[in-house]
Amino acid sequence: MAMKKYSPVLALVICVIILQAIASLAGREYYLTQLTMSAYYCLVILGLTVLMGYTGQISLGHAAFFAMGGYTTAVMTTRNLIEMQGSAAVDLAVRLGLTVTEKNAYGVEILHLSPWVSLVTAVCLTAAVAFFIGIPILKLKGHYLAMATLGFGIIIYRIVLGSRIFGEADGISDIPQFALAGGLAVSGDPALRVQNYYIAAVLVVAGVVLLMNLVDSRVGRALRSIHGSEEAANAMGVNVARYKLLVFVLSAVFACIAGVFLTHFNGGVGPSEADVMKSVSYLAIVAVGGMANLWGALVMGILLNYLSLRGYFGSYDEFVFGSILIVIMLFFPNGLLKMENFRWLSDAAARVINSYRARGGEGKDGLS
Amino acid sequence: MGFLELKNMSRSFGGLRAVDDVSFEVAKHQIKAVIGPNGAGKTTLFNLITGSLVCDSGEARINDVPIQNLPPHRIARRGISRTFQNIKLFSHMTVVENVMVGRHIRSRAGFLPAMLRLPGARREERAIRERSLEILSVMGIAELADQDATSLPFGTQRIVEIARALATEPELLLLDEPAAGLNIYETARVSEMITKIRERGVTVLVIEHDMSLIMNISDEIVVLSSGKKIAEGVPADIQKNEEVIRVYLGEDDA
Ligand SMILES: Nc1ncnc2c1ncn2[C@@H]1O[C@H](COP(=O)(O)OP(=O)(O)OP(=O)(O)O)[C@@H](O)[C@H]1O
Ligand SMILES: [Mg+2]
Repeated sequence: MAMKKYSPVLALVICVIILQAIASLAGREYYLTQLTMSAYYCLVILGLTVLMGYTGQISLGHAAFFAMGGYTTAVMTTRNLIEMQGSAAVDLAVRLGLTVTEKNAYGVEILHLSPWVSLVTAVCLTAAVAFFIGIPILKLKGHYLAMATLGFGIIIYRIVLGSRIFGEADGISDIPQFALAGGLAVSGDPALRVQNYYIAAVLVVAGVVLLMNLVDSRVGRALRSIHGSEEAANAMGVNVARYKLLVFVLSAVFACIAGVFLTHFNGGVGPSEADVMKSVSYLAIVAVGGMANLWGALVMGILLNYLSLRGYFGSYDEFVFGSILIVIMLFFPNGLLKMENFRWLSDAAARVINSYRARGGEGKDGLS
Repeated sequence: MGFLELKNMSRSFGGLRAVDDVSFEVAKHQIKAVIGPNGAGKTTLFNLITGSLVCDSGEARINDVPIQNLPPHRIARRGISRTFQNIKLFSHMTVVENVMVGRHIRSRAGFLPAMLRLPGARREERAIRERSLEILSVMGIAELADQDATSLPFGTQRIVEIARALATEPELLLLDEPAAGLNIYETARVSEMITKIRERGVTVLVIEHDMSLIMNISDEIVVLSSGKKIAEGVPADIQKNEEVIRVYLGEDDA
């Protein structure tokens, strides 16, 4: 039972290793850079899948939560505290180990807050914001909810674009690396490409396992029941408003963590991360992945982000994601990668297998 | 004292008094029926009891504790469960998963234990599944456990909905037209099922248009018409009540 449930995870891990091996053997490790970025975007998409696909609550504001993670860590870790040494607060932070001293690319000594501090701050901040805007917003349904989250996304985008401390249109650059443990660091340094690929992969695998567990639990069933019928869920004792709020916060935190890590990986963050078109592309990927389908979202998330980041869509990027969304909504409102859309395929396979068995094929019972 | 007491419950939609000053009691372990013509306010009354709708005025008590205008999920925790006239099973979920949602109030794992599959959550999960499968086999639909609930035939869906409601282990079960759209065999099965549910100690309040079913199983009947209670009593008396015959029972002959 458990083995069968987690076998896709094993397959994912194997794919991760194979892709790295191919890229390294072919001397094309730079491909791993876009895969790493795609993996972080997948964290946003996985969280959104639980919110949208499983709970049925749309959000066009997830780029904003991603940006809140990215900008929080950018602002907090790019401030050089060296001149402020001697002030009580900075000395205390240093003594508590909340700071990092290092030389930047120009050999200048800098003292800045540890990314661990900014990660925790970003998560708390995002959770709090999601919680407080979620209370009024999640009372809305369908396109009203879409409009409200869209409005929130636009506000965050304008704030980022218009504030000096967020670097306005230029964003924030020269963001230091995020030293994890055991010599691992989230960083765009080409020498650390392989380990960064694995750091992102570990986060995605952990994310998908956590959410798989969630979906298949008491809480997950409550979330799915909300999608099915809010009235019936309520009548069965599910506190619909509370679960909607908590899953909204959870998915926002996934986006925020992705934002923090990708920002340290890229060494910079810009307002395009908060752009509403980003939210549209996340939503399109959840839809094309099959809505209530974590694995579909993951596969599509890697594939489409990778193609987009490698520039295959050229200047048609927004057009591509917009059209995907329109086509899905028109023809596959329940998502594309859904079993029922592929029933003809499994039926055909079953026919082939049956005719094979009828001709006396033995020992094939272990197939499934 | 009744187990469920309704006092002067009223609810209007615009100018329409859908439930108008309705009072009655349901005793413990009773099967009580609510009948009346279409639009009489029967479903609205159920929605008021379960908190799906707030009442304009009046009082509802369960075990002498007021419940009116509590949110529905709190009322569910007070031991009231229900089915819906237009079946509301959860789509994209199997039959057993639907019933497992009924165990929600009897379990407690939150987001973190669920995501981390902590031992307590796993133990609870096993118990939820076992209990739900048990309920399915009591209802005689164990073999459907892994089918997609909303693609089942109509009659079966009604039984799944009853199973889901029973999974909450209610003290009071509200059934909104459990036999609507069923053939006579299925209706007989539902009738037998309701009697069995009462034998297990559950109080039942049932809305139904099928008179032979109602006369067979109910201890008492309340008749609503245009939102008002026009009669209440044992089946034999209701059948003889002239006003009831005029507004409701008679309509079949017309
Ligand atoms: N949410 C609502 N908004 C407006 N009017 C409503 C609403 N719910 C019910 N009504 C109206 O209230 C009246 C009572 O409806 P209700 O559904 O309670 O009747 P009923 O006795 O259950 O009828 P039926 O036997 O057809 O199920 C009807 O006229 C109906 O149109
Ligand atoms: Mg009704």
